[in-house]
Formats: sequence, structure tokens, C-alpha cells
Amino acid sequence: MLKLLRQAPLSARIGMGIVSLNILVALFAPLIAPYEETSLVGDVWEAFSSQFFLGTDHIGRDLFTRMVFGARNTIALAFITTFLSFLFGSSLGFIAAVKGGWTDQVLSRLIDVIMAFPTLIFALMILSVMGSSIPTLIFTIALLDSTRVYRLSRAVAMDIEVMEFVEAARLRGEGLWWIIRHEILPNAMPPLMAEFGLRFCFVFLFIASLSFLGLGLQPPLADWGGMVRENAGAITFGIYTPLIPAGAIALLTVGVNLIVDWFLHLSSGLHE
Amino acid sequence: MKNVLILVSKRCATSLVTIFFISVIIFVGVELLPGDVAETVLGQSATPETVEAFRKELKLDLPPHIRYGTWLNDFVQGDFGTSLANGRPVADLIGWRFGNTMFLALVTSVIAIPLAIFLGMLAAFYRNTFFDKLISTTTLSFISFPEFFIAYILIALFSVQFNIFPSLAIIDKNMGFFAKIYAILLPSLTLTCVVTAHMMRQTRAAIINVLASAYIEMAEIKGVKRLRVIIHHAFPNALSPVINVIAVNLAYLIVGVVIVEVVFVYPGLGQLLVDSVAKRDLPVVQASGLIFSIVFIFLNLAADILSMLSNPRLRQSEI
Repeated sequence: MLKLLRQAPLSARIGMGIVSLNILVALFAPLIAPYEETSLVGDVWEAFSSQFFLGTDHIGRDLFTRMVFGARNTIALAFITTFLSFLFGSSLGFIAAVKGGWTDQVLSRLIDVIMAFPTLIFALMILSVMGSSIPTLIFTIALLDSTRVYRLSRAVAMDIEVMEFVEAARLRGEGLWWIIRHEILPNAMPPLMAEFGLRFCFVFLFIASLSFLGLGLQPPLADWGGMVRENAGAITFGIYTPLIPAGAIALLTVGVNLIVDWFLHLSSGLHE
Repeated sequence: MKNVLILVSKRCATSLVTIFFISVIIFVGVELLPGDVAETVLGQSATPETVEAFRKELKLDLPPHIRYGTWLNDFVQGDFGTSLANGRPVADLIGWRFGNTMFLALVTSVIAIPLAIFLGMLAAFYRNTFFDKLISTTTLSFISFPEFFIAYILIALFSVQFNIFPSLAIIDKNMGFFAKIYAILLPSLTLTCVVTAHMMRQTRAAIINVLASAYIEMAEIKGVKRLRVIIHHAFPNALSPVINVIAVNLAYLIVGVVIVEVVFVYPGLGQLLVDSVAKRDLPVVQASGLIFSIVFIFLNLAADILSMLSNPRLRQSEI
């Protein structure tokens, strides 16, 4: 594992640097942040200074503090959502592949219908009916995103399912869950891992977009997408505050993508 | 040719069924609202009599399947109900805005499609050179950026620093064509960045895929001139994937429009949808959601049909 990391190309190293920095900030947010998440400490949109590293936001909270807590909220939310999406998507995908027949038909057609909906529009409609709360947000996005995971894990499991060792396990009389856990899952891991990175990016951007539209995490909780929205007015005065959280979102997504690229390259068996 | 007809009609039928299911989902979704629309709208202070009268007015006292039938029937005839927020007919609210959204999408695709195909072909022909890597890295980062990041960078550059384009895309009904184009230039540039990145990468992949096949190598070995190889051998086979890429990305564009419209306060359908979601103005949400979905499905359908028609192998195969 260490040897592998040492061989990583520069792009992957940059990616790992970005991601680990973000994780560290998210984990130790209360230790790093100089102020409280929601306390008013200065004037509106103050410039960068030694007191406020990144200036202040639209109502005078320290932007650096908000960024640090925003990292925690945004990343945690995206991670939980992606995890749930994989839990739903891959278990259903594996079941469909192993069981086949009617189960597969019904599940796949249902997922086709959901996928025919544009994701953002679907999410907006659900949020308009249920109202925006953190559990609704997580479940809505996890549900919509799991359709993509379902497609992939079903396709991957279909390939594994026809192998002799699965046949042998079937003949031994092993049950559905045993086959999925011991035969399918370990073999499906590499493509699913890469997909996890890509889905995380997608979910992360999606939550940021919803927050930007004012339908994601609700204030006063700090969240990068919401911070762009709150400070958007500053840009017309030539103050670039909204670019900071937007840039942070972009940076983390690029970082994850760089790692995923390297991982895909490794697992495809291509070597220079 | 008969096979194609069967394939195409099958594909159309699937889309119709999907649209039907989606209309059911949209309708049922609103039914599942905790409490009911009348109570949500009138608030807790409303007397039972007012709620009852309002329920009658919204025809909430009828059974669901009849209401669904009426709703769908009205929708098809262009009657989308009345807005709960201001009591105006939804069709009036939507009509002009839908046109604006389509205008923005159209202007964007006029810029983005030729640009993406041109860049994609260049990158494919000069693959693995510095030029190719530069384009690939740039487009990869555009894909990773949220739309609003690109939008605010463009605003910071073009309207704050250089002050050449307006930062808000405000248009009204009496504006001339060129004034409109000028007003929406920044939003359509933002969308162009996002869509071109996707389209260009897929075009590059499609063309490289074709160029790597055996018959191209055969033609080259035979001594056919490079330009002739591209026009006669590569192009017809690359057409189908490229057309598919364009249509799929147009479908993406229709949805990507929502965020860009909000950034630039552009009076389009996407902004209306977001506003209505915040106000929980359900008739507007239902109608605009359904319109977005129909356009999305239609473009995906077009993508599939065009790639069926332009693919010589699919034309003959029996599926």
C-alpha cells in the first residue's frame, strides 16, 4: 500500500493532498476556527486582515470560520448521502443480477423511469412537497443517485455472476446473501471504489447547487453552496467573497477526480 | 429500412410510457403532501369552513384518479391551473419564461456545438500532444467546477473588472434581438463552458474510437490520402456517436439552465421553478417540472433515434 502511494503520479499526489487537507479541516473544525460558527464579529464584507483571514461575510461573521465549519457540514452531508446511495444502489443491483427474472425486470424498469427524470428537477419537486430538511435532503439525493449505482453494480455483478465459482457456491446450496457477500462483493470492489469517488463528486456538487438555490442546508448552518448564495451580492461591488467558497467546492471536486483518474488507471491494468 | 421503423416506433412508445409514468409520479408526489394543499396554503389560522371551501375550489373533494384525469386533460390542452401564490393562470406565467429558457439554450448551443466538435476533432487528430493535454485538463476542470463558480468568475472578469457585459441578464418583451443577445451573453458563455467540456471530451473519445478501428488502418496502409480517410472512412462512422453526444448534452443543457438562470436573475422557467419550490406553489412546480421532464425525455429520444438512423450497422441488424 505504501509502495503504491510512493509510485503515485504527481496529479494523484496533488489530489490526495487536497482531499486530506479538506478531511483534516472538517475533522478538527472547532480547533481550527478562530470564532464561533454563527457569531457576529465584525462589519459587513470586511477586507482580508490578520484578524479576519478571509474577511467577513454579508452580516459580519468571520468568513474563515464559516469556511472551516462549512467544510465539515458540506463534506459530511455529501459523504453520508453517497454512502447511503451505495448501500441502496449496490444491494439492489446485486440482487437484480443474482436473482434475475422478474425481480430484475421490475427493478430495472422502475429505475429506468426514475433515470428518465432530470435529477435536479426531480429533487426540486420532492423538496417542494416535503420541505427542505437535512433527512429529506439526504434521502432524496441518495435515492436519485442510487439509480446510477444500481446500473453499474448490476452490470458488474452480471459479469461475475456467470463465473464458475458462483455456480459452485450455488450448487453447494449457499443463499442469496452469502453469494453476494462472499463472491460478488469482493470481486466488484475495484470498479465500485472508483465509482464511489465519482458519485461523491456528483453528490457534493449537487448538494452545493441545491444549497446555492436556497433549498439545501438552511442558515445559520455554514455550508459552502449557501455561502456563495449569501455573499453573491458582494461581487457587483468588486468584492470577491463569493468566489472563495465556490473555489473551495471546485478544488475538492478536482482533487477527488485526480485520485479517481489514477485509481481507474491502476485498476484498468495499464502501466506506463 | 423496415427494421429501423420498428426500432424507432418501439423507442417512441417507451418514451410515451415514461412520460405517462412521470406525470403520475408528479401528480402522486403532490398527493403525498403531509396534510393537504388547502391546509398548507391557508395556514393554521384558517377556519374549517374556509379550508372546506378552498378544497372545493381546488376540487380536492373528488377521488384521486378523477382528479389526475382532469389534471392531465387540462395540461394537454395548455391549461395548467392557477398559481397558489398570486392567483394568476400558470400558463401565463410559464409561456414567456419557457420561451426565454429556450432562447438561452438555443444561443448557447449555436456557440457550443460547433466549438465542441471542432475542439474534439482537433484533440483527437493531435492526440497525446501538448495541445490535446492542455484541452483535456482545461475541460476536466470545467466539468469539476460548479456552474455558479464559472458564472461568478465570468462576472468578476467581464462585468466588474472590464465592465463590458451586464452582470444581470434582465430582458423584457420589447427588447430587440441583438439587445437580448447582449443581455444573455454571460449566462450563455457560462453554459457554453460547461456543455462544451462534456461534448468535446465525448467527441474526442468517439473519434479516437473510430480512428483506432481496423478499416481505417487498412485505408491508411492502402495509401489513401489522410483527408480522404477522414471524410470517406472515418466521418460516416463517427457521425452517429457525435450526434448522440450533442443531443444528450442538449438535454443536460436544459437542466443546467436552472442554476445559471438563478445566478443571472434571468426570467426563465428554471428560475420560476426554484422560486415556486421555495414558495411551495405546487401547480407551478407541477407544470414546470413536467415541461422540463418532457423536453429532457424528448431530447434523449431524439438522440437515440438520430443515432439509430445514422448508424449503418443498426439499420440492418435485426433486434
